[in-house]
Amino acid sequence: MQKSTTDGVRFQPASDQSLLVYFGEQITLRAHQRVRRLLHLLEREPIIGVRNLNPAYCSILISFDALRLHHAELEAILLGYLERLDAVDLPEGRDMQVPTCYGGESGPDLNDVAALHGMTPGQVIELHASVTYTVFFLGFVPGFAYLGELPEALATPRLDSPRLTTPPGSVAIAGNQTGVYPFATPGGWRIIGRTPIAMFCPDRKAMSFLSIGDRVRFTPISAARFAELENA
Amino acid sequence: MSTIQVQAPGLLTTVQDLGRQGFGPVGVSPSGAADPISLRLGNRLVGNHEGAAGLEMMLLGGTFIFPQGAIVALTGSDFGATLDDVSLNLSTSVEARPGQTIRLGPTKSGARCYLCVQGGISVKPFLRSASTHILTGLGGFEGRPLQKGDVVRIESSTEPFRRRTIAPAISEHLSRRKVLRVTAGPQADWFSESSLRSFYASTYRVGEQSNRMGLRLESGLERGLETGLEDGRERAAVSQRSVSHMITEGGPHPRLAHHSFCGAANHRRLSQDRERNLRGPSPRGTTSPPR
Repeated sequence: MQKSTTDGVRFQPASDQSLLVYFGEQITLRAHQRVRRLLHLLEREPIIGVRNLNPAYCSILISFDALRLHHAELEAILLGYLERLDAVDLPEGRDMQVPTCYGGESGPDLNDVAALHGMTPGQVIELHASVTYTVFFLGFVPGFAYLGELPEALATPRLDSPRLTTPPGSVAIAGNQTGVYPFATPGGWRIIGRTPIAMFCPDRKAMSFLSIGDRVRFTPISAARFAELENA
Repeated sequence: MSTIQVQAPGLLTTVQDLGRQGFGPVGVSPSGAADPISLRLGNRLVGNHEGAAGLEMMLLGGTFIFPQGAIVALTGSDFGATLDDVSLNLSTSVEARPGQTIRLGPTKSGARCYLCVQGGISVKPFLRSASTHILTGLGGFEGRPLQKGDVVRIESSTEPFRRRTIAPAISEHLSRRKVLRVTAGPQADWFSESSLRSFYASTYRVGEQSNRMGLRLESGLERGLETGLEDGRERAAVSQRSVSHMITEGGPHPRLAHHSFCGAANHRRLSQDRERNLRGPSPRGTTSPPR
């Protein structure tokens, strides 16, 4: 059922109308670059019959209209795209800042996270804000960016049972990832802070504040500054 | 412009079309009718294009007044509909005269019933679709299920009324729902052969925790499936009386229209995209033995 193809790329049917393209099994920047390149090509030169694209850490799920395409046809077309991958001129990711009010009401899990790692809350904040993260992909809900990689020393398991709702803008960590909840949704990541930025806004030209490939820094702000920015 | 006045909304009535495809890269899931075939048939019956927006009702239907009248059709499951207290057949176009009321009750068969109107429901589109995404409040009628007192607009149409029905044999063919067909997904080999055998041999009930994002199917198995994984990778964790963690929670979990792609993402162990195109989910508490 699994097929090998050139340069470690692997195709895998994910259902009767979707195909996974794997660029390896590990989260690496190289795999991420290749995901972005293929996504870029597929967006610029859409394949007739393809209905949706869902990039992930090291794969893209391609959903298609089964009346117009089947797996083998799609794989054959994709091989042509994959051959051109190295020649893709990928647009540079942007440098983005996410002002974040850490701890207190904004970050109810900050103290627990600190305790789990034998740190002070201040050290957790410093460490979380010290790294430039990459937007590996968006998913879960509109505008939710999967950011990596969290410093090893902060890697934290999810909550035992997810919250039924999280305030929009909640900055959270899980495993070696970090992210911002754009909407009030259920969530099991540990919330360490909150940003006043609207991560997804349907009336804005770029609906999502972050895009795949962006480089992201979190900058600590005070509760007063949070209130100011939120009301701006 | 013609309207629908919502006198009673029902349990979960939302505006849906065939969804917004193509926005996966910004994290926007397709949404759309959970039972797209019924919506498409309903639209055909009233002379719309198949992807026009209609009302999707779940388990308990609403009461709707048509002050200016409308040409309508009900498809999907039988919610015991009446037009001004006269029984209304499924799968037949009918003219509601100005001021008439369509009242639906609790389901007598499946989970979902669709009300399509000639012209289609008119809402401000989000990413080219009228579908409601409840979790984020995007799309549809103000991003939410309908409430008592809402006034929903109908897109104008000049087409005269034509009576159309679906042949009983076709309805019967489409209503078979007892067997879910499954294709092995990318992590099917995480499970032992005997586990997969019991997966395919079991009969399931649609669990209470089902929603538009996914169905939770429960079996009588005492133990979950053996994954053969020592490290307890969370998405493969074995749960008590449901079969296994197939997506993120307990139980085999066919994904429906609202599903999102999350986490390590793209982990669909056993997939049945095609099944949701058949007839929509069974109501909670009915059996659906896979084979």
